[in-house]
Amino acid sequence: MSNVFKGVEPLVVKSKISVPYHWWAGETASAFFIKLRDEQKISGTWCAACKKLFLPPRKTCPLCFSAQIEWKTVQPVGTVTAFTVVRRQLAAMPRKAPVIYAMIKIDGTETGLLHILDEVKPGDVKIGMRVEAKFAEVRKATIFDIEYFRPAR
Amino acid sequence: MDKAAIIGIGMTKIEARRDDWTFADMAFEATRKALEDAGMTIGDIDNVITTSNDFWDGRTISCMAVGDASGASDKNVSCVEGDGTFGALYGLARTLSGSYGTTLVTAHSKGSQSVSSLITNAAFDPIYNRALGLDMIGACALQASAYMHRTGTTARQLAQVSVKNHGNALKNPVAQLGMKLSVDDVLKSEMIADPLHKLDCSPVSDGCCAIIIANEDRAKKYKGKPVWIKGVSMCADAYFFGDRDLSTAASLSKAAKQAFAQAGINDPSSQIDFAELYDAFSYQELMWLEGMGLAGDGAAGKMLEEGAFDIGGKLPVNASGGLLGGHAVIAAGLYRIAEVVRQIRGEAGAYQVKKARTGLAHGVNGLAGQSHCVWILGKDK
Ligand SMILES: [Zn+2]
Repeated sequence: MSNVFKGVEPLVVKSKISVPYHWWAGETASAFFIKLRDEQKISGTWCAACKKLFLPPRKTCPLCFSAQIEWKTVQPVGTVTAFTVVRRQLAAMPRKAPVIYAMIKIDGTETGLLHILDEVKPGDVKIGMRVEAKFAEVRKATIFDIEYFRPAR
Repeated sequence: MDKAAIIGIGMTKIEARRDDWTFADMAFEATRKALEDAGMTIGDIDNVITTSNDFWDGRTISCMAVGDASGASDKNVSCVEGDGTFGALYGLARTLSGSYGTTLVTAHSKGSQSVSSLITNAAFDPIYNRALGLDMIGACALQASAYMHRTGTTARQLAQVSVKNHGNALKNPVAQLGMKLSVDDVLKSEMIADPLHKLDCSPVSDGCCAIIIANEDRAKKYKGKPVWIKGVSMCADAYFFGDRDLSTAASLSKAAKQAFAQAGINDPSSQIDFAELYDAFSYQELMWLEGMGLAGDGAAGKMLEEGAFDIGGKLPVNASGGLLGGHAVIAAGLYRIAEVVRQIRGEAGAYQVKKARTGLAHGVNGLAGQSHCVWILGKDK
């Protein structure tokens, strides 16, 4: 088959799929983001059956399928359970490399919250390190209302 | 489980950029090879499963476009969005349903045609996570850090996986990226996302794989030597990967346990002769081996250093070169099944393992191993 193309320049058709989406955040994420924007507070959902606090919050328990959840506010401090320093400028990244990403177990929760670390040198990040949320000055009810996490003071 | 066998396999050579073939050309080629391998014509195929992903293909309902090239015209055709092992599981279920004696399963991808970082970033939840800009490499780097921290597995051990699999790929004519490397070569390669160097990461590739599954009656009708399906299972973990303990592979442990039980295997590390695993990143080979119970928890790195997973070792792993040797996303797990079939038939040439009665093939779907599919294949019925 490839012989057919010998000596022929392989042509490329350039294209792009560009479709706008607007995601309805739903009542649970809406409540989370509004509290984050207006009160600078982080809140998770508690499943009484599993005795676990989930962050990001979910309307139902992802483990036991229960719809019996209640809101709990947590302190904006936690522990790094996994991290990476992305050094190559990957296409999806919103800021200039290197970017430190971390999974952060907020005190009282059983889950990891994915976010960015700053105010720390890449070489100084460790699993087990204590971090706190730095809230954004201008908040728009998005995940960037927590601008980033930084070493706890 | 009723008996079923794989009676034909077809693999295109995995390449970085197959610019003289469209995805449909690849599907046709893989299908033609599988039919030829089994001694069948397209008329002998009762139904077809294609495996593809709309985002990678850049096409809505991508399966609709690949049916023709997979010989599905005028047949019952269905599709799976995910890794090829999951497509094959659906194909097996259809075969065992009694409605179809033979099922053709294809899986393709042309990673060279788009931007993998943007595609895998879109796998994240758009409300809480996506805007942070993490992609598959970053997600797996997070997992690697957690796995290494918990088990004490070292960067040199990760690099050794890369050395082994790129070396094995040199012996496999369908592999893309055979290279003779040293551990230092890997550790000196660009650090993309700590702890993953460039050579810890599989390439993004073009390729298509096809297999033909037959029930017991039909398995005997054609010239191909059947390789029997002894056990298959899959299990999915939480979508939000912060909900999981990233340093372990709980869903893999469960899938493997079920597959071993179906196959009547009670001591996997002595009864599995060799394995083809989803090593999209070097650390994954070690982590998945431990998750499946083929190595003790945290012990895979040491076994690797002792040569246990070499082609001539106690448990050859990714003798074909694995995904590090060429990673056609979506097709990668189906390639693992085809490579296990090749080994069991004794047709693996320069990378043939000595003992190949019972082999394990493994596929992954989702971010950092969210869900796993495990296949046990055997020479004996
Ligand atoms: Zn629950």
